[in-house]
Amino acid sequence: MTAARFRRLLTGAYLMLFFGYLFLPLGIMAAATFNSSRFPTVTPWMGFTLGWFQALWEDQRMWAALGTSLLVGAGVIALAVPLGLAAALLLDRLHSRAKTVLYALMVSPLLTPGVIVGISTLVFWREWFGVSGGLFLTVVAQSSFIAAYAMLLFSARLERFDPALEEAALDLGATHGQVFRRITLPYLMPAILSAALLAFLQSFENYNTTLFVRGLDTTLTVYIATKVRTGLTPAVNALSLVLIALTVLGAVVYEILRRREARRQAGSVTA
Amino acid sequence: MTEVLRRYGPVLTGVILLAVAVWLALLVLLPQLMMIGFSFRPSLPPSKIGGPEDVFTVRNYLTLWTNQIHLSIFLKTIWASALVTATTLAVCYPVAYYLAQVAPKRRLPLLILMLVVPFWINELLRTFSWYIILAFNGPLNAVLLGLGIIDEPQRFLGGDAGVIVGMVYVYILFMVFPLYNAIESLDRNQIEAARDLGAGWLRIHRRIVLPHAKPGIAVGCIMTFMLAAGSYAVPALLGGPNSRWFTEIIYNWFFEGGNWNQGAAYAFILLVLCIGFILGAMRLFRVGLADIAK
Repeated sequence: MTAARFRRLLTGAYLMLFFGYLFLPLGIMAAATFNSSRFPTVTPWMGFTLGWFQALWEDQRMWAALGTSLLVGAGVIALAVPLGLAAALLLDRLHSRAKTVLYALMVSPLLTPGVIVGISTLVFWREWFGVSGGLFLTVVAQSSFIAAYAMLLFSARLERFDPALEEAALDLGATHGQVFRRITLPYLMPAILSAALLAFLQSFENYNTTLFVRGLDTTLTVYIATKVRTGLTPAVNALSLVLIALTVLGAVVYEILRRREARRQAGSVTA
Repeated sequence: MTEVLRRYGPVLTGVILLAVAVWLALLVLLPQLMMIGFSFRPSLPPSKIGGPEDVFTVRNYLTLWTNQIHLSIFLKTIWASALVTATTLAVCYPVAYYLAQVAPKRRLPLLILMLVVPFWINELLRTFSWYIILAFNGPLNAVLLGLGIIDEPQRFLGGDAGVIVGMVYVYILFMVFPLYNAIESLDRNQIEAARDLGAGWLRIHRRIVLPHAKPGIAVGCIMTFMLAAGSYAVPALLGGPNSRWFTEIIYNWFFEGGNWNQGAAYAFILLVLCIGFILGAMRLFRVGLADIAK
């Protein structure tokens, strides 16, 4: 019995260590925001300040970078979500080797390093269309793999779709357009929302791909990296803290929505 | 195909096919092929492109063999990424096993949320947090000095060790979720039965849990290795001139060396390395592509 207790203690200690490892670095980064030292650190502690938030607020280049990120994010939602939706709709109706091949092609960008996605996009668009790096290429390059995430989300929801609904509507004389607008799209609406959210977050935090296709445009993530390497002040920590707070909020909302959805699914199965 | 047409009608089918074609051809396949083709041509000024000097060549690939520095960085990127992958696997396996089989059901949602939240936080910010910890005047040096383990502050930043430590932290969550998903589907009765029949915990893991977790291990290793080998943010922030990563060499060919053809060749080598790792892991763990992209 003591062996079992010992093992339980060991497990508990390991878990504490693991979650401490996950959160302590973020805590230290957050704490450094409030240290009035000129350099982001917690040692030595020079006194409490909120001044770095003000410095951040007054940083014009930060606001410009944020604007760029929002623009790119909107572009990625507009491009990647419809592409992923179309891909999922097509896959859902295929039952052959074609499906396997298409599926492999569609998920391949997720297994490709981000720098390569960026490089191939950069080379291709310059050579074929004479387009160089900038907002447009950033949207295109990010969408090429974010569309795969969207496709996976849509496919998961379509798997539970009852095709008899569409069948019935068609039999009753609805046109294909009507069926899509009135039945398929409304059914997919929750997935469209989560795909848009996921697409935006993925775009917002992307660094590796963006780095190669951004041209002279600077997204917020690129801006943070530049600041860390040149001209680092705790204002970067203030920015990190704000972004983390927003991310945590977003993640919690997303999880709650997902679980509510899962419960509703489970409920409708038993009913 | 006829079922697609029957279900969506001609107009919608046309739109769907067009969208998928745009995505796969214009955004995925053609850029990759273009990059590969580009890597087999010499870097020439615009006036000479298409001229007699614009021939097929493998010179860009030979550069990696002849340039000792690049070759050693390439090899280091491979072993360091493998080390990161193995470390994350070792760290995550107990956690994933606990969450999937041992943790009480009512505590599970909170624990999962505690894993999900850091997962959502920007990779760059998670890297930055280690920049602060490892800094010369940072808390790690302060703690080690305070405990008397070291006599003077150490330079943790700018070396390979710092980069590897940072990567383990940043990519660990890409390992824990695939493992958790795989172990969760294991019927707990199998473990009970083995225990009742007298198997020790080591044997239970070796003969029951690990074989069952194979697809998860494969997915976690593939994702982690790919992210580590292709990482730019972590070596750029935590590394220095003496701990360059292969992706940094590629970046320099593009934006400092101005030799895109050479950069494309290096990028393709990196891609081949990742594909090789994926195929190797799929063979080793006997899993298919459908298991991977779940």
